[in-house]
Amino acid sequence: MIELLSSNGSSFAGDINNLILIITVLSGFWLLVAEAVLFWLIFKFRRVPGVRAQYITGERKEEMKWIHWPHNLILVCDVVIIVFAIRVWYHVKQDLPEAQSTIRVIGQQWAWRYVMPGADNILGTKDDIETVDELHVKVDTVYHFKLESVDVLHDFSVPQFRLKQDAIPGRIVTGWFKPTKTGTFDIQCAEMCGIGHGIMMSKLVVETAEEHDKWVASHTPAGVASN
Amino acid sequence: MATSHAEHHDHHEMSFWEKYIFPLDHKVIGMQYLFTGILMGVLGAYFSYVFRMQLAFPGTEVPLFGLVTSAQYNSLITNHGTIMIFWFAMPILVAAFGNYLIPLMIGADDMVFPRINRLSYQIFFISVLVLIASFLVHNGGFGGAWTAYPPLSAKAEYNLTPWGSILWLVAVVLEFVAFLLGGINFITTLMNSRARGMKMNDIPIVCWMIVLASILFMASAGPLIAGAAMLLFDQTIGTGFFDPARGGDPILWQHLFWFFGHPEVYVVFLPAMGIVAEVITTFSRKKLFAYKVVLFTTFATGILSFFVWAHHQFIAGIDPRLANIFTVTTLLISIPIAEMLFVYIATLYGGAIELTTAMLFALGFLATFLIGGVTGVFLGASGADIYFHDTYFVLAHFHYTFVPIAVIAVFAGLYYWFPKMFGRFMNETLGKIHFWGTMIGFNGIFMPLFFTGAAGDHRRIFDYSNFPELAVSSLQNLRTLATICVVITILFQFVFFWNFFYSMFKGKVCTEKNPWKANTLEWFAASPPPHGNFPVMPEVYRGPYEFSTPGRELDYWPQNEKA
Repeated sequence: MIELLSSNGSSFAGDINNLILIITVLSGFWLLVAEAVLFWLIFKFRRVPGVRAQYITGERKEEMKWIHWPHNLILVCDVVIIVFAIRVWYHVKQDLPEAQSTIRVIGQQWAWRYVMPGADNILGTKDDIETVDELHVKVDTVYHFKLESVDVLHDFSVPQFRLKQDAIPGRIVTGWFKPTKTGTFDIQCAEMCGIGHGIMMSKLVVETAEEHDKWVASHTPAGVASN
Repeated sequence: MATSHAEHHDHHEMSFWEKYIFPLDHKVIGMQYLFTGILMGVLGAYFSYVFRMQLAFPGTEVPLFGLVTSAQYNSLITNHGTIMIFWFAMPILVAAFGNYLIPLMIGADDMVFPRINRLSYQIFFISVLVLIASFLVHNGGFGGAWTAYPPLSAKAEYNLTPWGSILWLVAVVLEFVAFLLGGINFITTLMNSRARGMKMNDIPIVCWMIVLASILFMASAGPLIAGAAMLLFDQTIGTGFFDPARGGDPILWQHLFWFFGHPEVYVVFLPAMGIVAEVITTFSRKKLFAYKVVLFTTFATGILSFFVWAHHQFIAGIDPRLANIFTVTTLLISIPIAEMLFVYIATLYGGAIELTTAMLFALGFLATFLIGGVTGVFLGASGADIYFHDTYFVLAHFHYTFVPIAVIAVFAGLYYWFPKMFGRFMNETLGKIHFWGTMIGFNGIFMPLFFTGAAGDHRRIFDYSNFPELAVSSLQNLRTLATICVVITILFQFVFFWNFFYSMFKGKVCTEKNPWKANTLEWFAASPPPHGNFPVMPEVYRGPYEFSTPGRELDYWPQNEKA
C-alpha cells in the first residue's frame, strides 16, 4: 500500500511495507467499527419528545461484555502487531547480515560527507573516495554504514529504502542496507539540525557493478595506484 | 458555619485591582488562565498560519508577516509547538478548567491554598513574558524544535540563537513551576474539601481527570526539570552534560525529555476526556457507562504512560533491543485508551441525545480522537516507525490527538459551562456554524498530511524544492490544500470569538442555576457564582450521573438533592 506513495529501493523495504499493511488492516477495521457504532448511536438515539433515556449503569456483567469483548479482541490484535513489528525491527536494526562493503557516513551542519572504499573494497586505505552530498553504491550488495556526526544530531534517511537512523556526535552507529534497484534516490536529514536543516539534501546513486567500478576508477584520488 | 463563611467573603466590596489582578478567588484565577491561554493560542495559530503559507507558497511574502527566512521558519515551528502544549493546552485544560470547576463541582467555597493558586498564575504570567521576550532578542527566538535536542539547543554556535534558546528554556521551566504549584492545590483540594457525603465514587469524572493529570505531571516533571537545569548550565556556563566531547551524552536529554513528554500527552488528554464525560452524559440524559471502569482505565493509562517514552527514540541511537520492550508497552497502552473510548461510546446507547453545540463538539472529539488513536499504532510498532519517524505522518497523528484534546474538547467545555461562567447563553446557530467550520477545516488540514508523510515528507523542512522526490506537484497540491484549510479553520474561529465575547455582555440572560438540567454541584451555585460559590454549602447524596433514574418524574437527580 505504502509503495504507491514511495517505491521500494532496498531489500527490507518490502518487509516494512507489509508490516504497515497489517497495521492498516487491523487498526483500520477497529476505526471503522468504532466510528460506525458511534454514528449509528448518535442517529438512533436522537432525542424524541416524550421518550426517556434508559437507565444503564454499565456495571452488570451482561452490560460489561460489550466493553470486555472488544477489549480482548484488541489485545489479540496488539499481540499480532507486536510480533510482526519486532520481527521486522529485528531484521532491519538488530540482525546485521555480513557486509560486502562498508562505508562511512558523516553528518555535519549542513551536508552529508561520505567515505567509500576504493577498488580494494577496504575502508581506511589510501584509495578511499570521499565525496560530499553524493553517495555511490552497487546494486544487490550488502552495505554496512558507519554513521557519525561532527556537530549536532542528524538523521540519515533514505525514504525509498525505508532506512532511517540518527547520527550522534561522539558515537559511531552501525547499520546496513542492500539496494535492490538502480537509480538515484533522495537522502534526507530527518532530524532538526539548525537553520540549514531544510537544505541538507543529498543523493544516493545505485549503479550496476560495471558502472560502479567505472565510477570508482574515475574518482580514485590522483596518485594512488589501486594496489 | 458554612453559611457564615460565604457571607464573610461578600462583606466588603473589592477593588478591581483586588478582584481581577491579584485575586484569590479560584474562579477569577481560572479566568486569568483561560484568557491568557486563549491569547497564547491565537499567537500559536498565527505562527502555524505563517509557516503553512511558507510551505504552500515558498519564497513569497506571507500576508501579515512578510518573507520567511529559514531561521524564522524554525523559530515559528518550534514556538508553535511549545506554545500550543505549554501555554495553550495546559493552562486551559488543566489550570483554567481545573481552577474553575474543581471547587464548584466538589462543593467547596475555594481552593485549599488560594495564595499558592494566585502565585501559580503569577509565575505562569512571568513565563509568558519571558517566552515573548525570547522572540525579540538578538538573532530571534529559539528554533531547535520544541523537543530541544542538544547539542543543537546547548550551544549557540550551532543554533545561532544565543539569547533565544536560553530564554525559551527559562520560560518552559517557569511554566513548570506554575503547574507544580497549581497541581498541589488541585490534589489537596479534591482530597480534603469535598462536600459532606461526597465519596470517591461520587466525584465527577472531570475532577478526577484533572487531578490525575496533575499527579502525572508532578511525577514526570522532575526529571525534565533536572534536565533543563543541566541544559541551562550547558548553554550559559559551559558545562558539558550533553557534550560528548567532554564526557556528556546528548541522548540523556532525550530520555529525560520523553520520560516527561509522554505522560504529558495524558496530562492534557485526561482533562479533555473529563470534559467530554460531563457533556455527553448531560446531553444524552444517560448515566456514565461503568464509572469505575473509566477510573481504572485512567489509572492503568497513567501508570503505563511512564513506561512508553522511548518509542519517541526508536531510531535515535538507543540500543535496538530496547525498542522491543517499548513496542510492547506502547501497544499495550492502546487497550485502556480504547476501553475508555468504548465506554464513552457505550454511554450513548439508549440515550436521548440532544445535539447542542457543546454535545456536537464532545461527539466530534470522540470521532476525531479515534483517528489519532489508531494512527498511533503505526508509530508505536517499531518496525513501521523506521519509515514514519519524523515525517508528516507523525505530525498528522499527534495533531489528530492534540486538536481534539486542546481545541475540540475545550470548545465543548466552553459552550457547556459558558452559562455558568458568565450568566448568559452563547448563540447556538453561530455555535453550530463554528462547529462545522472547525471540523471540516481541521480534517482538511491533517488528512492530506498523512499522505504527504507516508510519501516521505520529513518534518521541519522550510522548503521542499530541494528534494527532487518531494518537490512534485501532487505532494505540493496536498500541502497547499492543508494550508488553505488552516486559513479556513482560523477564519471560522472569528465566529467563535464574536459569539463568545458578544454573548458575554449581550447574550441571552441565563436566569436558571441549572439550564442544562445536569446533576453536578456547580449547577447548584448561582450563574455566575459569587465569591464563596454557594449560598448554603451543599451536601451530596448520590453519584454525579443519575440521569433518567426509573421511578422519578424528572430525568435528572442533582447530587445535592435529598432523596
